[in-house]
Parts: sequence; C-alpha cells; structure tokens
Amino acid sequence: MAAVHIAPNIEPRADAGKPVPKAEARRLSFYYGAFRALKDLDLVVHENRVTALIGPSGCGKSTFLRCFNRMHDLYPGNRYEGEIRLYPDDTNLLAAGVDPIEVRMRLSMVFQKPNPFPKSIFENVAYGLRVRGERSRRVLGDKVEEALNGAALWSEVKDRLDDLAFNLSGGQQQRLCIARALATDPEILLFDEPTSALDPIATASIEELITDLKKKVTILIVTHNMQQAARVSDYTAYMYLGELIEVGRTDELFIKPKNKQTEDYITGRFG
Amino acid sequence: MGMTEHISKQFEADLDTTRTRVLQMGGLVEAQILAAINSYATGAPDLIAQVIENDARVNGYEVAIDGACGQLLVRRQPAAIDLRLIMAISKIVTDLERMGDEAKKIARMSKRIHEHGTHQAQRFPAIRHAAQVAVKMLRQALDAFARLDVASAAEVLKEDSEIDSEFKSVLRQLITYMMEDPRTITSALETVWVAKAIERIGDHSKNLAEQVIYIVKGTDVRHTSFADVEREIARE
Repeated sequence: MAAVHIAPNIEPRADAGKPVPKAEARRLSFYYGAFRALKDLDLVVHENRVTALIGPSGCGKSTFLRCFNRMHDLYPGNRYEGEIRLYPDDTNLLAAGVDPIEVRMRLSMVFQKPNPFPKSIFENVAYGLRVRGERSRRVLGDKVEEALNGAALWSEVKDRLDDLAFNLSGGQQQRLCIARALATDPEILLFDEPTSALDPIATASIEELITDLKKKVTILIVTHNMQQAARVSDYTAYMYLGELIEVGRTDELFIKPKNKQTEDYITGRFG
Repeated sequence: MGMTEHISKQFEADLDTTRTRVLQMGGLVEAQILAAINSYATGAPDLIAQVIENDARVNGYEVAIDGACGQLLVRRQPAAIDLRLIMAISKIVTDLERMGDEAKKIARMSKRIHEHGTHQAQRFPAIRHAAQVAVKMLRQALDAFARLDVASAAEVLKEDSEIDSEFKSVLRQLITYMMEDPRTITSALETVWVAKAIERIGDHSKNLAEQVIYIVKGTDVRHTSFADVEREIARE
C-alpha cells in the first residue's frame, strides 16, 4: 500500500513567494578611526521581508545598520570598505558620488528612543518632504495623512495635528517617528532597537506595525530582544565581534541553529 | 553534548531537575513493566496489586513534569536545543505514561488469567522473551536520553522491528493452540492482550528514541524509514 503523504499545512513565513534581493552588503568593513568594527560582512536583505540583526552589545549590529544610510558620514575618521548595493538600480550606497541625504530618504532610520523634532505632529512628518523641496500644502497634507495612516497613528492624532509632538505618549511618539520615516516613501526602513524604550503594549503595536509595513517596504531591524526577532523577522543574522556568524531563516535559526556560537547565544550560554 | 552552562544557574538547575525527573519516571515505568511480567508468570496477588497501585505514581510524574515544562517555557522562552529538549520531554512523558498504562493492563490481565486458572506455563517463554526485548529497548532509550546519544537511540529504532516479529510469532503460536483445542481460546485471547501490550511498550520506546534524535539533531524523524534516519544521524 502506498504511503499517504500529508503535506504540512503550516507554511514557514519566509516561504511566501520567492525572496528577491533588495540590498546586499558585499565584503563590507567599517572603521572607527583605526578600529575595525565590521569585518568583511556579506548579507542579502530580501525585499518585503524583515531581517533581524541580533548579537551581544558591541558586536557591531548597530554599526552595521548605520552603514545602510550613511549615518557614519557625520563623524570624521570613519571609513567604509566594500559596498552596499541597492536593487533594482544596483547603486552602491557607499560610493563617493552618492548623496547621503538622498540615501537617507530611500533608507529611513527609526531609533531606539523616540526622537521627534520640537515641532508639531504635522511638521514632524512633513519635514523630509520639505527638505526634498515640496511646497504644496495639499501634497504635504495628503502625504502626512498617508504616512500617519501607514504608522497606524492617524486616527489618534487627526484632530490635533498642530499639537506639539512631545505631548504624545512614548509609543505614539515612536509611531510618529515611523510616520516621519515613511513620508519620503523609503524603500528600506532601518529600525535600531525601536521598542527598547517602550512598554509591552506599545511594543506589541510597533511589532504589529512592522509586520504590516513589510508588505510595502523592506525592513532591517536591530534588536536586543531575541523573542522580538523571532516574532517579527523572516530572516535573522547573528553577529559577534564585528563578524556575521550565521544568517538563516528565522523559523530555522531559533530551533536549529547551524553554528555553535549562535546556539550558545540564543540559549543564554554566552559567556 | 559538551554544552557550556547557561549564564542563569537557576535555569540550568531547573532543566537538570526536570531531566532527572524524566529518568526517575522512566525507572519507575521500567520497574512497573518488570513487575507486571512477573505477575503474569506467577499470578502473585500482591505484585498485581502493587503494579495497579503504582500506576498513580507514574501519572503523577507525567503531570508534574509537564507542569515543569510549562514553567520553563513561560519563564525562560527557551530556544534551540533547550526548546527542543523541553518539547521532547513533554512528549516523552506521555509515552512513559502510556507504557505505565500497558504495565497496568498486563497486571489486570494476569489477575484475570490466574483467577480463571487458565494460565498455561508453556506460553510464558515467548512472552517473557518479548518482554525482555521491550524492557531492554526502554532502558536503552532512557540511557540515550540521559547521555543524548543518537547512535544508541538509533539502535532502539532497529530493535522495534524485532519486537514486532516477536509479537507475530506469539500470535502464530497461539493460533496453533486455539486450532488444536478450542477450549484454550479464552486464555489464548487473554495472552494476546498481554503480548499486544508488550508490543505497544516497544512502540513507545521507539517514540522516545525518536525524541532523543530530535533533541540532538533538530530533525523530526517520526514516520521516517530507518534508512533515512541513519542517513540523518550520519549528517553533521
């Protein structure tokens, strides 16, 4: 009698369609002066997927994230080696001729602590568009509404757009920062521990938002919280001492990591 | 495995305690099976009573260990080998508990057989041999669990086919008896139940060994051919 094969009915999250590369670090090294903080990293970031960077403090995960939108350019003595290619146009984001301001509109960053500008809710979101030269009140209004909707904040603030952003709660401020990042229609959102200053409820709403946002944008997130990486990401990369130790599908990496160092870290055996 | 210890000493200790309790439970189940088989051979009423009574202890272990697994999951959010270990333990205790039930079943059947006076000593060697194989499998599966030894776990999987053929041979023998003398049908059927219980114990030991492979290798080898399991084990 032939065996009946029953296909598992739980699809791994990362298997929804074939992943397409959106960005790719190639032999990327980074130096703070003489200190080499990143060592020959190779990583593909897939389009419309969430990729999480995990690792102990000082492993270079935030440094790596900041390379993607040229944040390191702001300090003298910092130096990149290798490249970060952005697809489909295949631009090397680190090339000398590429304008870092434009890079930051295409790859927007959301930080650990909500950091709204000391301006109104409206002006916070409109800021990037104004930098781009947008003057039309109507276009700005539409874009701000769209971005606030995208950040699941519109219904909470639509009647007080002129209020100071600081009057919002921590979780709302963080969603405002996400709206600000979304306003310039970025292709990639970079999250640097976006919930570490938030309570569990606000954290859950940001995580929900991340899962929702990946339909439109590609997401790269640095997190200290491994459960968060397990919850929101499709791919996880483990870093240690400036190196990428293991990159894999999240549904595999947390159950069956290939590397002993990864296993020690995610099981709390890291010494 | 040569794993380094957890940073959290408490987590390490809790995992250790849970693992030890599984082995204690396994030891109790093994003793229950041996006592049940002896009660089948001798009909000693106190032995029968003891097996039936002790089953509550086996059940107690199952509930307590499962509770501990729940606590470990909620408090530690374990990953990788720790997660696999806890998930496997939760399944292993179910198998051990069922083996306990089979031992109780054998004791009950022994009681009936001896009360009816239908016990036939000539059938005992075949049953005893099957029981010995089953107990050996359980012991080896527990040992593989204690040492997280996949090679040893794989041997248990192989032995399961041995116990299956033992069961078939007992069945063949009994059919012969029944055909020769229909008056033996009642007692032969009772003996079939005992043999079937032993065969089930072998199946549960096999499940246990499969869980050991899952813990160590991270691969679910249930419902897989033995050749595939061997290939999986050889893979680094």
